Amino acid sequence: MNALAARFNAIFGADMAGPFAALAAVLIVFGLASPQFLTGATFGSVAFQLPELGILTLAMLLPILTGGLNLAITFTANLAGLTLAWVLQANGGIDAGPAAFLLGSLLALGVGAASGLVMGLVIAFTRAHPILVTLSMMIFLRGLGEFLTRGSDISGFPAFIAPIGHGSLFGIPVPLLILIGCVLASHVLLSRTKLGFSTYMIGSNIESARYSGINTRKVLVLVYVLSGAIAAVAGIIMLARFNSVRVGHGESYLLITVLACFLGGINPFGGFGRVLPVFVALVVLQLLSSGLNLLGANQHLATAVWGILLIVVMVLRWLSTKFLKPTK
Amino acid sequence: MSNATETGAAAPPLLSLRNINMTFGGVRALKNVSFEVMPGEVHCLAGENGCGKSTLIKVITGVYKPAAGAEIAFDGETVPHMTPGIAQSLGIKVIWQDLALFPEMTVAENIAFQTLSGARPRFVSYPKIRRIAEEALARLGVKLDVDRPLKDFAIAQRQIVAIARALVGEARIVFMDEPTASLTQAETDHLLSIVHTLSASGVAVVFVSHRLAEVLEISSRLTVLRDGNLVGVYPVAGMTQSRVTELMTGRTFDQNVRARDVSKNPVVLSVKGLSRPGEFSDISFELRRGETLGVTGLLGSGRTELALTLFGMRQAASGTVTLEGVPAYFSSNREAIAAGIAYLSEDRLALGLNQPQSIADNLVQASLDSILSGGLISSEKKRSLVARWIADLGVKIGKQEDAICTLSGGNQQRVAIAKWLATNPKVLILDAPTVGVDVGARAGIFEIVARLAEAGLAIILISDEVPEVYFNADRVIHMEKGRIAGWHDPRSTTLKDMEAAVYA
Repeated sequence: MNALAARFNAIFGADMAGPFAALAAVLIVFGLASPQFLTGATFGSVAFQLPELGILTLAMLLPILTGGLNLAITFTANLAGLTLAWVLQANGGIDAGPAAFLLGSLLALGVGAASGLVMGLVIAFTRAHPILVTLSMMIFLRGLGEFLTRGSDISGFPAFIAPIGHGSLFGIPVPLLILIGCVLASHVLLSRTKLGFSTYMIGSNIESARYSGINTRKVLVLVYVLSGAIAAVAGIIMLARFNSVRVGHGESYLLITVLACFLGGINPFGGFGRVLPVFVALVVLQLLSSGLNLLGANQHLATAVWGILLIVVMVLRWLSTKFLKPTK
Repeated sequence: MSNATETGAAAPPLLSLRNINMTFGGVRALKNVSFEVMPGEVHCLAGENGCGKSTLIKVITGVYKPAAGAEIAFDGETVPHMTPGIAQSLGIKVIWQDLALFPEMTVAENIAFQTLSGARPRFVSYPKIRRIAEEALARLGVKLDVDRPLKDFAIAQRQIVAIARALVGEARIVFMDEPTASLTQAETDHLLSIVHTLSASGVAVVFVSHRLAEVLEISSRLTVLRDGNLVGVYPVAGMTQSRVTELMTGRTFDQNVRARDVSKNPVVLSVKGLSRPGEFSDISFELRRGETLGVTGLLGSGRTELALTLFGMRQAASGTVTLEGVPAYFSSNREAIAAGIAYLSEDRLALGLNQPQSIADNLVQASLDSILSGGLISSEKKRSLVARWIADLGVKIGKQEDAICTLSGGNQQRVAIAKWLATNPKVLILDAPTVGVDVGARAGIFEIVARLAEAGLAIILISDEVPEVYFNADRVIHMEKGRIAGWHDPRSTTLKDMEAAVYA
């Protein structure tokens, strides 16, 4: 048993055990409860619903690893979506061409990065708490967005955008491909680059990182810029999926992204955690929600179950550190 | 000295422990230890970090419960189940190294709060608080303004406040954990005289200190622990420092002056008239290839500030620094590191190492560029770099991925040195490299320093322990209030003279 555990840890890393166990539990419980659960339809719906939440979670993950947080991710995504919508409408609305889409997407990424840049600079130079800084940015972006849209939906986009939200490539949903691309890029960024290395060091002790010659301000600014840009990707996908942009769309995802990070073993104080367990945790959350849906449960009940799940995971973690001897 | 130095069978011990065993998760922290304190004596408890001193104190004060078979007696009466409450009421007091005081509260409140915390009626009378505090300070022969907040006072006075607090109520025996660690010589002398006053008034004092000189000066008996075992109980009369070190470590150390003549070597770092207002002024020296330059002086002498300025973390107001003939103005420590200056922080726990992170990550964090392959960190390069330095500096580790905080102080410091050597420095500044490192492991650190100097590295060795720079440096700068107060050559001076000059 211990040898098996050691093999598992060697291949996936010890932090994958929890998320994999949860995944197995969800598959077994719902597989037994509903004959339709283990079918392509379930996985199709998960594959289309997961990407927005998943990409926003990546945007949340980077700042958390530095010991911070980015509460502005959902409204950054909205503002990025608005930017793209504005460029498309200025270029003919439903008749806009791919060039306009490309330009709009780049501008959207730029808007996301700019929102991160402002937050990153303030956090890095004033050492103000990230909760306050990003909360201020969130309120600013919401107000700005509602002012620009007068609170209404912006819609009417060219038809070729829809596949980004609904299409499939080689049988795999396009948004899922984008998510997987973002997950892999984040994984490489965190595990193989100087920026990723510095992110972890800053997360557990920023002063000692500074004494070791790490440019802590630059790293913090870059982390928030990346967080904003990733949120913008989510905004573009949301635009394509709903064929409209509304400020406030996806707002409920905000705290779920924090939950997914912790479920995936990210240390809430920063410094520790990997992308892949978070990805598995996201799949578990989405399967849970789809499974409950299939059993005819209310969507709101699914949210409640997510909360319960997190509390159970906290208790299980405490039990496992208390009663399981580390295998060293 | 004190009136209770005779340890014959005449007087029964005030506190006696027998058969103390203590196990933490499979590690035996105390093995069959016994310990006795006579009324009114000054007793020293000595041993390296991790030898069980603190554990023993915590058993005595009822914080830890020893294994079955332990016997604790106080004043001739057996205490079957010691608890912190019983220890308090028996008059067993401890002054921990961190003092556990409240900086925002007044001196009077700090001294009196424990006696009042359980008082009934639950009203606080400030005149009563003040009276309790003044009485306690009077017993120590000290006058302090009891109405001022504690944060207005220097560390030495805070220590006195902590002692006064211990004396409130009836104190029979006072444990002092490293009480002189942050005191100047004059302050230490004052503290020692207070200890004499206490002992003369019949209160026993147990002194836990690693400064052997003052241990030998103040105490009448010495209990030595090593690895949780009782080594023995010795009268202090006739003890020497080297004998105590031997007892503590189980090894002998012969210390020789390592100083060599390096005046023929080329100059690596040249500092002229360097000043930073409020910290140091007019500092000039030359550091040569292969030289170990000692810098000593009391806390607040500007040593660390000077080091941080050379390391680019602070900027000088005036003066010049040249590194191998090239002007060296750094706007950050990144530039200093790139130019070949490395700085080992005096605060290993908070600044020197990233305690929760792994041994490997700590070691490579200052030299990431050397483990890149195609722009990405190569885990093979990282692993082999770490393995090479671990072997080279003789660090004892389990796995490279273990958190650095699982290592002993000495091994941590070796990793911290390796971190800087991996940056390929020309100048290595070591700021208090033996703080929190056991006596036995210190020798190992200085072996490394000597080897590096032999290989040509220019080293600045900062320490407030004069013997360290005396034995390990080629020349020594003595700093005082931000200025160079004198130069010493260990080959032409004695340790006593140098100590007299620095501690004057």
